[in-house]
Amino acid sequence: MNSPIQTDVAIVGAGPIGLFAVFELGLLDLKCHLVDILDRPGGQCTELYPEKPIYDIPGLPIVTGQELVDRLMQQIKPFGAAFHFGEMASGLTKLPDGRWKLTTDAGTEIVAPVVVVAAGAGSFVPKRPPIPGIEAYEGTSVHYSVRKMEAFRGKNVLIAGGGDSALDWTLNLAPIAKSLTLVHHRDGFRAQQHSVNQMRELVAEKKIAFHVASVKALHGDKGQLSAATLQGHDKKEWQVDADAFLPFFGLTIKLGPIAEFGINLNENLIPVDTAKFESQTPGIFGIGDIITYPGKLKLILSGFHEAALMAQAAFHICRPNEKLRFQYTTSSTNLQKKLGVA
Amino acid sequence: MKIYAKDREGKEIVIEGREGWTIMEMLRDAGLPVAAECGGACACATCQVYVEDGWYEKLEPPKDGEVDMLDMALAVQPNSRLSCQLVCSEELDGIHVTLAPE
Repeated sequence: MNSPIQTDVAIVGAGPIGLFAVFELGLLDLKCHLVDILDRPGGQCTELYPEKPIYDIPGLPIVTGQELVDRLMQQIKPFGAAFHFGEMASGLTKLPDGRWKLTTDAGTEIVAPVVVVAAGAGSFVPKRPPIPGIEAYEGTSVHYSVRKMEAFRGKNVLIAGGGDSALDWTLNLAPIAKSLTLVHHRDGFRAQQHSVNQMRELVAEKKIAFHVASVKALHGDKGQLSAATLQGHDKKEWQVDADAFLPFFGLTIKLGPIAEFGINLNENLIPVDTAKFESQTPGIFGIGDIITYPGKLKLILSGFHEAALMAQAAFHICRPNEKLRFQYTTSSTNLQKKLGVA
Repeated sequence: MKIYAKDREGKEIVIEGREGWTIMEMLRDAGLPVAAECGGACACATCQVYVEDGWYEKLEPPKDGEVDMLDMALAVQPNSRLSCQLVCSEELDGIHVTLAPE
């Protein structure tokens, strides 16, 4: 394993607030590493509503989720933050020297005196269909993504869903699977039309099967799936052979491992003080939708304010022997140099 | 207008609906566990309800965006709707909805 990364601030979450925190910390010469389970910046803005307009960002009468994130990325570029995408912040421990070690499920270790939790509502994770006992098959026979196609060669594959992932993997796995069954709640799809056409051709050639149904039950032994019960809208049930089940229903948000970080939580939110935005654990800060305080509003603009105040407090922890001078970007040549404009 | 809403355990409560607000907002205000992760932008499919007792047919049919989004919902039934797309009005007085599983 590589030796741990040493930095000033480890930020959990690369949504708009985590990104703006890089800016506020950067003005104070504090370096950041960000961890996000998604494969790109933006959090909910880019995952849930990239095309939807936002109307309440000060100075931007109308901006889409994607555009706001693109602009934030441009704004923080001078500060050279490091991003760890596709990784879930999975553990947090205090080191003997008082600093924190944040670990991810990919084995990355970040050591920093300050940790900022900007995790929104938590981690985006695949939606799990409400099928009794499905957990017992996860990782062995039930997969929410395809890592290696070869793992499905010669298998009876069952796919559920009606979006691009469901259709793409139907088309990709059909040639190598022993059998492939696609299940969707309606005879219509939100996927690319040419994928849908190709899928329908395979059905017409009897190379794969398509059922308007839902997966009702899974059957197997010791995590190894062998069959599944499908149910139509008329409540009629029937069984299909299945060694592997791939449900593709997109992502949902779960709090995830943050609950085990040892930070005091109140109804899944981190209580903070409104002077520093520090949690009840010194050195651990919270900003954005994940925090609670009297009067808290879950607005992007509130998160920006929280990031600015947090940065001031974080500076005193990271640079205990330095004096912090408050400056404006408009008038300070020093800040303008950091921004690369002077 | 009144909304008859059943939670996932089958317990029914009656909610006073405010004209012009969405049923999702009313359910959430009443303390029912509706995730509505995207906040009502028809972008997450976590505010799904089953519209019961003949009310489904009385609703305006879902628009394409909602039909697409329901493809990402779990346990979809023929009477599934996204409650963020149902706006309270006198015509919906007495509507029966049940929260879909999480």
